[in-house]
Amino acid sequence: MKLYRKLWIGLGVLALISPLGLFLPAYFKSGSAWGEWRNDEMQKLIGYLPQGLAKFARLWQAPFSGYAIKDWEGKGSLASGPAYIISAVLGILLVGLLVFAVGKFFTKKENKENVEKR
Amino acid sequence: MHIPDGYLGPPTCGFFYLIMLPVWAVASRVVKKTLKARQVPLLAIGAAFSFVIMMFNIPIPGGTTGHAVGGVLVAILLGPWAACIALSVALVIQAFLFGDGGITAIGANCFNLAFLLPFSGYYLYRMISYRAKPGALRRVIAAGIAGYLAINIAALFTGIEFGLQPLLHRAANGQSLYCPYGLNVAVPVMLGEHLLIFGWIEALVTALVLKYLQKQSPELILQ
Repeated sequence: MKLYRKLWIGLGVLALISPLGLFLPAYFKSGSAWGEWRNDEMQKLIGYLPQGLAKFARLWQAPFSGYAIKDWEGKGSLASGPAYIISAVLGILLVGLLVFAVGKFFTKKENKENVEKR
Repeated sequence: MHIPDGYLGPPTCGFFYLIMLPVWAVASRVVKKTLKARQVPLLAIGAAFSFVIMMFNIPIPGGTTGHAVGGVLVAILLGPWAACIALSVALVIQAFLFGDGGITAIGANCFNLAFLLPFSGYYLYRMISYRAKPGALRRVIAAGIAGYLAINIAALFTGIEFGLQPLLHRAANGQSLYCPYGLNVAVPVMLGEHLLIFGWIEALVTALVLKYLQKQSPELILQ
């Protein structure tokens, strides 16, 4: 179907311009989203780090934490922009494929019936 | 609106996992019955769209950031149960791969963004677009209003979940154990920023994409 190809291209364009979501907040000096502060930000906000937060905050180390690539960190926006785009592409493909697989699995019965009818 | 690890206490995290387990079970059963094979590619595209639109952080100058979710759009196109599954997959990938939202908070984040948001958005859209003709402008407006209100409902509940923590958990020295801000701060901030800014982004995204799809392929829009 032609429309689906257009939509996938649209997703690709969104991935390419996704660093806007990284650089615009930096340009306007906006901090983290409310309630999503890093430990050092929380320390600054309220003067201490809640014990439970300290215990659980590092429970899971995501491989692309913050839509960034660890080895490229500290290399400025020339690295963080492409890392953000790579994260977007990776996420789009992974989420798309997973949901596609789940959807195929859920509609398996329907397909089988169609085949039998033929 | 992705609650990270450590902001909600274990009882709150467990509570929302317990709520979401039957929701996911029912969603699987309903989607198995109602989803058509030809809708599967659109569901995958919708989920991927929701994933990437959440990366577009909109700044409040000198303040915080927020973003649209895209979940109301998926619900309008494919129904709220299918949207629940699509959004849940996106949120799980965001948590595990990108550290956006905590893994202990997946239940709560899915409740807010994969359950409340698509369901409230879907039924608001159905109400406002009641008996509107296919391709009618009222459908586009309904989509926008539904997007605006649904993301605010999700923000309200996120604020409540944050704000309950100081009431539920305190260390012996009186310090907070998890989210330190109570209902009097968390609810007005979460709701305020979405009423003022991010709600309009969700409205715009929902209405514009629906308008485009309505024009390109009217048969895609179910009801």
